[in-house]
Amino acid sequence: MIDVAIVGYSVRQARELADNELELMAPLFETVRAETGLGPDRIDFTCSGSSDFLAGAAFSFVMSVDATRPVPPIVESHVEMDGAWALYEAWVKLQLGEAKTALVYGYGKSSPGSLRDVLATQLDPYVVAPLWPDALGLAGLQARAMLDAGDVTEQAMAEIAARSLADAESNPHAVRSGARDAEALLAEPLVHDPLRSHDIPERADGGAAVILATAEVARDVCSRPAWIRGIDHRMDVHHFGARDLRRAASAEIAAHAVGASADRLDVAELDAPFTHQEHLLTRAMGLDPDRTRISPSGGSLNGHVMMASGLVRIGEAAARIHRGEADRTLGHATSGPWLQQNLACVLEGE
Amino acid sequence: MAKQRCAVIGVGQTKYESARKDVSIAGLVREAALRALADAGLGWDDIDAVVLGKAPDFFEGVMMPELILGEALGAVGKPMLRVHTAGSVGGSTAIVATSLIESGVHRRVLALGFEKQSDSNAMWALSLPSPFQTSINAGAGGYFAPIIRRYMAMSGAPELTGCNVVFKDRQHALKNPYAHLQQHDLTFESIVDAPMLWDPIRYSETCPSSDGACAVVLSDEDGAKAAPNPVAWVDATAMRSEANNFGGRNMVNPAASSMCAEELYRKAGVTNPRTDIDMAEIYVPFSWYEPMWLESLGFADKGEGWRLVEDGTTKLGGRMPVNASGGVLSSNPIGASGMVRFAEAALQVRGMAGDHQVEGARRALGHAYGGGAQYFAMWIVSATP
Repeated sequence: MIDVAIVGYSVRQARELADNELELMAPLFETVRAETGLGPDRIDFTCSGSSDFLAGAAFSFVMSVDATRPVPPIVESHVEMDGAWALYEAWVKLQLGEAKTALVYGYGKSSPGSLRDVLATQLDPYVVAPLWPDALGLAGLQARAMLDAGDVTEQAMAEIAARSLADAESNPHAVRSGARDAEALLAEPLVHDPLRSHDIPERADGGAAVILATAEVARDVCSRPAWIRGIDHRMDVHHFGARDLRRAASAEIAAHAVGASADRLDVAELDAPFTHQEHLLTRAMGLDPDRTRISPSGGSLNGHVMMASGLVRIGEAAARIHRGEADRTLGHATSGPWLQQNLACVLEGE
Repeated sequence: MAKQRCAVIGVGQTKYESARKDVSIAGLVREAALRALADAGLGWDDIDAVVLGKAPDFFEGVMMPELILGEALGAVGKPMLRVHTAGSVGGSTAIVATSLIESGVHRRVLALGFEKQSDSNAMWALSLPSPFQTSINAGAGGYFAPIIRRYMAMSGAPELTGCNVVFKDRQHALKNPYAHLQQHDLTFESIVDAPMLWDPIRYSETCPSSDGACAVVLSDEDGAKAAPNPVAWVDATAMRSEANNFGGRNMVNPAASSMCAEELYRKAGVTNPRTDIDMAEIYVPFSWYEPMWLESLGFADKGEGWRLVEDGTTKLGGRMPVNASGGVLSSNPIGASGMVRFAEAALQVRGMAGDHQVEGARRALGHAYGGGAQYFAMWIVSATP
């Protein structure tokens, strides 16, 4: 395999952005270009992730690609997935040895609609989606299954929320933060039984941009590149009743494939929108919270950007290495109801 | 690791038609996938990863349909990617799948494109109001009509060249059992007499709306050598995108198109496409795009593409047949249409194109474009490694 590193990362998150998708992304591109010195003429491949269902228009990415300044024309691709999968496609492209650098981005502006209802359109269109089961209700079913089986307790979920809220204080991009103890959180009312507000992701508009580079470029443009040591993603069963909601087999396979727990892991940024899902993923991916800091950015829980939260997690995991705060980290992305599809990426500094 | 060779070892298509009411979306994609696997002599367990492509999710009203199709495509426990690059998506999907083989990441990959417009309402999907943008309410034809008009003015092409393209492609479609439009009684006169929809585009010069799916199984060299049927070696792939609007943009012959072709030929070692390529499956949703792309792709000099239509060069039996399958003008399952071009090019060099086989086809071009003629995806496949 050809060594590839994340050499630049920039993110924007806010509860509601007035900017359109193009205006949202353009400043992020400027930031990563300035950070690495890699202008448009030095980017060999561009790949993005977004969803028409958030933009409310077919072929919406066709307009936002203009933010990359694709004149003259660029080698470019797009996935209708979280930007983390765009990063995967770019990593594969760099493996061919024809490109040395890639700009990867993902974005989502969910504020104009009701995301919890929009996500119902991801479900089986014949027998499930017509009932419009909303995303919070589905997550509640999973939490209930875990609570009833004794996998997790409401106390443990509140502790995850308390830790994430405190961590989010030091992340300027988090849209919810503030130290509170678990007992105080547990005293709050249930909003979607068995979920309380702190168990539910705080939705945000935003996006992230990442620059990848192969070894011959990476060391010149980044003082401490975050080398991709393993990247893998897997799909799970979709249909209701066909999957054990207490497990995430796809996350287990992906984590194993990248050797997530094979060596010391300083930080794991998990794309766990709900508190019970962080608990589930931590176990599925074989992580030890005593040895690995889980989502020190405050996580997707305190700033959930649909179509970009996974790429943000990978970016945050890379930034820890860039800043010298960690040596080996993991970035994770998820897609679909109940953590149906999962991607794991292990990063390492030198 | 050096770049691995990649080959198409299986192709599967559904019959393209207006409405496949007999199957669900899952049933539709599975039908194409099973045919591709049968052609490749493989089972689901032999596939390492699945790459799914389709054009806008609004066309079926299902957001990110890869999530509901994982089971139908045998992707559970495997990597699954979902590509969307507008109309070029079918081609881009095949190219992403090819890169998974060429990089050595996987050994066998299933790539599939589909569209099931009959499950929703495409006109609704294309007419959603967008803030800060004026809708021209004219559909794709309305967008491309002035560009075609410009080509006609620049080239001095005869007015009925577009009708000739349609007549040719619909004749070709009669030889392809999967083609949607099977117009046995079609006459050239009826094409000319059809109502003018977006001047200069007649109703008869536009593509249909089709339900359908198309799949290819891609393999590394070992898998290709073990394949039961002849294979098509992927000589080269290329993709290019450009902005929708900028000063000096050549909309008749976009820079992204000619740059994409140049890179493709360089990688494939094609010095002269007119002699080195035996047939092409080119994305032609409106008749006039055949002569326009022939020029952009280097099969004709600038302003001369229409001559290849008029003199029969691009007919089956001609020197360089274009769209022997009937093309997009005869079947248009949008998310699969690019994949169909790529797959049909592969079938030709495998010698498996049936009644629409181009005799002696050894090297073929598959082409797709999308957006406002901004997104391009191309590959060249060969009978020999």
